[in-house]
Amino acid sequence: MIYSDLYVILPEILLSVFALVALIAVVYAGKDQRASLLLWVSTGMLLAVTAFIGIVGSGTHVAFNSLFVDDAFSRFAKILILASAAVILLMSESFMAKHDLLRFEYPILIVLAAVGMMIMVSAADLMTLYMGLELQSLSLYIVAALRRDSVRATEAGLKYFVLGALSSGLFLFGASLVYGYAGTTQFAGIIETTRDQELSLGLLFGLIFVISGLAFKVSAVPFHMWTPDVYEGSPTPVTAFFSTAPKVAAIGLFARVLHDAFGGAIADWRQVIALLSVLSMFLGSIAAIGQTDIKRLMAYSSIAHMGYALMGLAAGTQLGIEALLVYMVIYVTMSIGTFAFILTMERDGQPITDISALKLIANSDPLKALSMLILLFSLAGVPPMLGFFGKFYVLKSAYEAGLIWLAIAGVVASVIGAYYYLRIVFLMYFGDDVNEELETRGTPILTAIVVVCAAVMVLGIVNLFGIDGAASVAAEILIR
Amino acid sequence: MSDWVFYLFALSVLMGGFFTVVSRNPVHSVLWLILSFLSTSGLFVLLGAEFVAMLLIIVYVGAVAVLFLFVVMMLDVDFAALKAEMAKYMPLALLIAVILLMQFVMAFGAWESNAAAQSLRAQITLEQYHNTEALGLILYDQYFLLFQLAGLILLVAMIGAIVLTLRHRQEIKRQDILAQMYRDPAHALELRDVKPGQGL
Repeated sequence: MIYSDLYVILPEILLSVFALVALIAVVYAGKDQRASLLLWVSTGMLLAVTAFIGIVGSGTHVAFNSLFVDDAFSRFAKILILASAAVILLMSESFMAKHDLLRFEYPILIVLAAVGMMIMVSAADLMTLYMGLELQSLSLYIVAALRRDSVRATEAGLKYFVLGALSSGLFLFGASLVYGYAGTTQFAGIIETTRDQELSLGLLFGLIFVISGLAFKVSAVPFHMWTPDVYEGSPTPVTAFFSTAPKVAAIGLFARVLHDAFGGAIADWRQVIALLSVLSMFLGSIAAIGQTDIKRLMAYSSIAHMGYALMGLAAGTQLGIEALLVYMVIYVTMSIGTFAFILTMERDGQPITDISALKLIANSDPLKALSMLILLFSLAGVPPMLGFFGKFYVLKSAYEAGLIWLAIAGVVASVIGAYYYLRIVFLMYFGDDVNEELETRGTPILTAIVVVCAAVMVLGIVNLFGIDGAASVAAEILIR
Repeated sequence: MSDWVFYLFALSVLMGGFFTVVSRNPVHSVLWLILSFLSTSGLFVLLGAEFVAMLLIIVYVGAVAVLFLFVVMMLDVDFAALKAEMAKYMPLALLIAVILLMQFVMAFGAWESNAAAQSLRAQITLEQYHNTEALGLILYDQYFLLFQLAGLILLVAMIGAIVLTLRHRQEIKRQDILAQMYRDPAHALELRDVKPGQGL
């Protein structure tokens, strides 16, 4: 029995053992001088495990006394998480090395965070969920404060840590209430007690606290306060990481808890999620308008995008989950491309994150400016780009679930949000009086990532590269 | 009888918690905290969970609270200023606390868990195993995965502490054990015959 259990969590074991072996090996063999090599090896390992999950994984397996589940939904999320973590590692090498941040712990912490995220999306029990959540959060707190000599970065790390601890507290409180009223922490047991009858008041309380804790992790309004500061203070590659893989994991976890454990009470949580969604969309769109720092702008942009993802969740249907998954794939691709561009922005060797520095960049670097234009149009949801189809998908699912007001609010917020994306495009192509030239040379890897992500935004509109098929299989497993 | 003991312990937990927050001297706060830990372990004994009770005393009173005491005594934290800062937000905090309390009274007042939930609840197996054994069976057998994950989390915490605080200083003289061991009397000592009245 134990061998079959271990086989189910083989990907997690592979990555954990890799992290442990790499840690010891690098400590004895040169420490930070080997950091660059370790980073490449970690990238390779993450990609290898991604391929392993994609090729070998099949069916639904429950392991370790129903603590852990491996199904199509978790595999979809895991592939997205691992692939984005690998690409972010690939992107970060040149930046981290240039600013003396390339420490050998960095790739190891990213790998361990990825393990935590894999546990999160595979959790079948509130306790497993919490363990995965803490594993990824702790790793993220550390990488946020990696630039320990900078006041900004330490502030970001500390703020993230304190508020993260608060949200963990909220979650645990909710989980203990759920345990008290449902008699079990297993999702299968909780859904059993809630299926046939109305949710008891205590269970509803627990559910609300659990949702609050998880909403913090996806930075949905009103639990978003940490996001802009943490995004701005962390080193840019770390910011890029924050806005991709952890968001996928948290959204996946959200969907799993709400459908696997509270799938019998959709009417009870739908209104809460819809409220979170509409607040996030509007705050993300309106607050971003006044930003002058592109990292802060991306923080608000990610808040708004999480609002759209939550809209798919609020629908509470199979189509909603499918739309949510497709949306996350598109969002992650757009974010990676945009952050790869931000990583190339520098002047005299110093990273620049000021939006006004982008003036007339189209003249000096037309290829990247065009790619960025496509990515920004896609982020805004302008029709021919892939971002539009992501938004269209979630709006359609909300509409078909009867949440017409939510869909209309989504369209309005999208129009408001388009302003600040298009303002960047305006500056890039029609800005005036350039004071100092901005360099966007970057490494070939960064250029390639920007161009490929932009190309995906255009080419993907043919058939979405077939991910909607995989997403619909994953959604079907979750809803059932 | 055991009802009375329960209320005694419960009252002293609450009292300890209350005075931890309100007492002016931070050392007194820690002592009140220790009282509430001790009373909690008393409650565990009443539940028949002796092992957890002892663990609470050893870990929380023996280690955590003493650590708190160290921090309170060694760090120069101006608690009066912190309290003044807190007083500013007190009305809002009280409002939220009162609302939460009312909600919880409502929630617990409507306590009902259906038959399905009852049957799912973990069973006490005191007849078969004694306390420590039962706990071990759950921790290392049923929740083996969680135990290992907790280990990984602690590893991350350790890496984090090192990454964020360890600094290699160049000017510090370090101990070189190998060099120490290779020293021998033939090279390190020089014997001179000092004549009286002449010196070296």
